[in-house]
Amino acid sequence: MLLDIKNLQASVENKQILKGINLQVNPGEVHAIMGPNGSGKSSLASVLTGRQNYEVTGGEVSFDGRDLLDMSPEDRAREGLFLAFQYPIEIPGVSNINFLRTALNEIRAYHNEPPIEAKEFLKLTREKQKLVEFDAKLTNRSLNEGFSGGEKKRNEIFQLAMLNPKLSILDETDSGLDIDALRIVSNGVNKLRSDKNAFIVITHYQRLLEYIVPDFVHVLYDGKIVKSGTKELALELEEKGYDWIKEPVTTASV
Amino acid sequence: MITTTSLYDQLTSLYKEKRNDTESAWLSNLREDAFKAFTRNGFPTTKQEDWRFTNIAPFLKEDFLLHPGEASLHSSKKAGSIPQFDAHEIVLKNGMLNEDVTIPGISISPLRTALKDERFKSYLSKHIPLNAQPMAALNTAMFEHGIVIEADKNIIADKPIHVTYIYNAAEPVFVQPRLLIIANKSSKLQVVESLLIMGESPIFINSVTECYVAENAQADHYVLQVTPPNVRWVNFNQTIQSADSLYNNYTYTLPGGLLFRNNIHLDLNGTNTESHLYGLYLTGPGQLTDNHTCVNHLNPNCFSNELYKGVLMRDSRAVFNGKIFVQQDAQKTNAFQQNNNMLLSNNAIIDSKPQLEIFADDVKCSHGSTVGNFNDEALFYLKARGIGDVAARNLLVNAFAFDVTNKIQVPAVQEYVEKIITQKMAEAYD
Ligand SMILES: Nc1ncnc2c1ncn2[C@@H]1O[C@H](COP(=O)(O)OP(=O)(O)OP(=O)(O)O)[C@@H](O)[C@H]1O
Ligand SMILES: [Mg+2]
Repeated sequence: MLLDIKNLQASVENKQILKGINLQVNPGEVHAIMGPNGSGKSSLASVLTGRQNYEVTGGEVSFDGRDLLDMSPEDRAREGLFLAFQYPIEIPGVSNINFLRTALNEIRAYHNEPPIEAKEFLKLTREKQKLVEFDAKLTNRSLNEGFSGGEKKRNEIFQLAMLNPKLSILDETDSGLDIDALRIVSNGVNKLRSDKNAFIVITHYQRLLEYIVPDFVHVLYDGKIVKSGTKELALELEEKGYDWIKEPVTTASV
Repeated sequence: MITTTSLYDQLTSLYKEKRNDTESAWLSNLREDAFKAFTRNGFPTTKQEDWRFTNIAPFLKEDFLLHPGEASLHSSKKAGSIPQFDAHEIVLKNGMLNEDVTIPGISISPLRTALKDERFKSYLSKHIPLNAQPMAALNTAMFEHGIVIEADKNIIADKPIHVTYIYNAAEPVFVQPRLLIIANKSSKLQVVESLLIMGESPIFINSVTECYVAENAQADHYVLQVTPPNVRWVNFNQTIQSADSLYNNYTYTLPGGLLFRNNIHLDLNGTNTESHLYGLYLTGPGQLTDNHTCVNHLNPNCFSNELYKGVLMRDSRAVFNGKIFVQQDAQKTNAFQQNNNMLLSNNAIIDSKPQLEIFADDVKCSHGSTVGNFNDEALFYLKARGIGDVAARNLLVNAFAFDVTNKIQVPAVQEYVEKIITQKMAEAYD
């Protein structure tokens, strides 16, 4: 098993956000997480990647057999965890390409590998740019600076392609993408899929799941996974909304 | 040498000894005025507003030699020089120019030889406010060595001129280098100053550089303060610009020496000039870096832009004081000033004081000063990509400094500065 989340609970500023999450992800799988605004989807991603302001108050997470919560954010990434951010930040003055080279080399150093050769890096960059149809001009600019919303999202996927993680969490990568970009990004992800890696796709829209077909769909509501199913569940949610799911939970928890 | 006399006494008696030297009358008169200006108040103290945060007294207590020994300077090594830098190299050993340097259209000569020419009377210390600047006055009264770099009219220098000061600090020394740069009408030159210290005893440098940028001329002036911990450096830089000229000053101070005080004075003596003052100070353990700049708009239609950025680590301290004067005649002035600081430690202190005094009515001026820390969101983003704490901080500091480092017009110098930033950051981590 690649990821095993057991009864994960977390709070931010003393407010309980995750209230006992259980989730298992095997290599080769794609899991979709849906759920209303504020239900804790991004929070789950933040806790898994080690964002500082979240405090884990209970539960455990193992990643590829190791205690994930015990690792620093950078070590989690080096072990192969990747988050495509819902709101990628702009960092003026750090060039995209220098950032990627640094990231790649830091990850290699962690695995006792030598820094990547300039030629090889260039080749890799070209190849992955093509894969996710990422504009070469953007590669040389400052990290996300002045990028459109869609360009930022595509940059996340470009980085994903470059770093080749074991588990990728895509947090609403589809929002802000026009239909062409959506297809391009999804194609990129599909090409990167293998029986060795896995994806958790957080989305509000069934549309994305037509491109990136999930093996499982989970509904996160009020800090818990309240329903899990197959891709048909996404269709049902699209039609009926979340109310029919909220109900039983509220009664059940009384 | 065993001495118990104070540096002040040592300097004053040396001055009296030297009075009989065979110098031109104008020069010895100038020295006399400067000496009086110095002795009126002596070394600056923190009681003076301009030196409030910068106490040099503790650094003057050494048993200084006023003439550094030659002994350890025989190596012709170029260590500390800038890699891949294609420049006219000028090496000043203990302040002295020992070899002839020939650059077409540009004359490089020892100051003392040059000053035999009455012509320099209209340059030397002509614009330095000696009474208000005791350290510059002391240098004027007593400097011995130094050089003049003069570009002839219409000459465009083919490559930068790199001046390396090499000093022997096998024993404590007090030195007073002097540089005079003259860019004559429509000429263009780049001067890069750097320092190389042999020996580990305290070395106190009291330097003065004057730069005259004549009509339609261009001068780029880099002062790279990359030094070992035994350096203490007070630097006075006076630039005078004539009409239609361009002057860029780059003063970059990196961790090392314990005390830096840079005075950058700029007089805009003609119309339609352009000036940029770029400063970067990265302060390490126990270090104080104090930048006092003063831009004086005396004429209409001039543009000045100043950007100073500071990154403070550990228990370091920095002072930024930027004055802009826009005199009554200086209509249509555009004057901008910005000082941004990143405080990387709770023990670091910055005192930032922009000052604008405007006596003309049709002007555009702005100034601002900020103090911040690492952006946590940015740090997390980098870490979430596998970049460790040190590398992530380096990237962000380089990014912060980028506005200033990317203004460097010489790629080799830019690379050098960026590399030193990374290296010094790693050394000075909390
Ligand atoms: N720093 C914070 N301080 C206080 N509350 C926070 C903080 N970060 C998140 N929250 C709260 O945690 C809850 C879950 O937020 P989260 O961003 O995880 O939701 P989400 O499911 O991703 O929503 P969306 O679909 O809108 O992206 C929300 O109520 C939010 O206001
Ligand atoms: Mg979210």
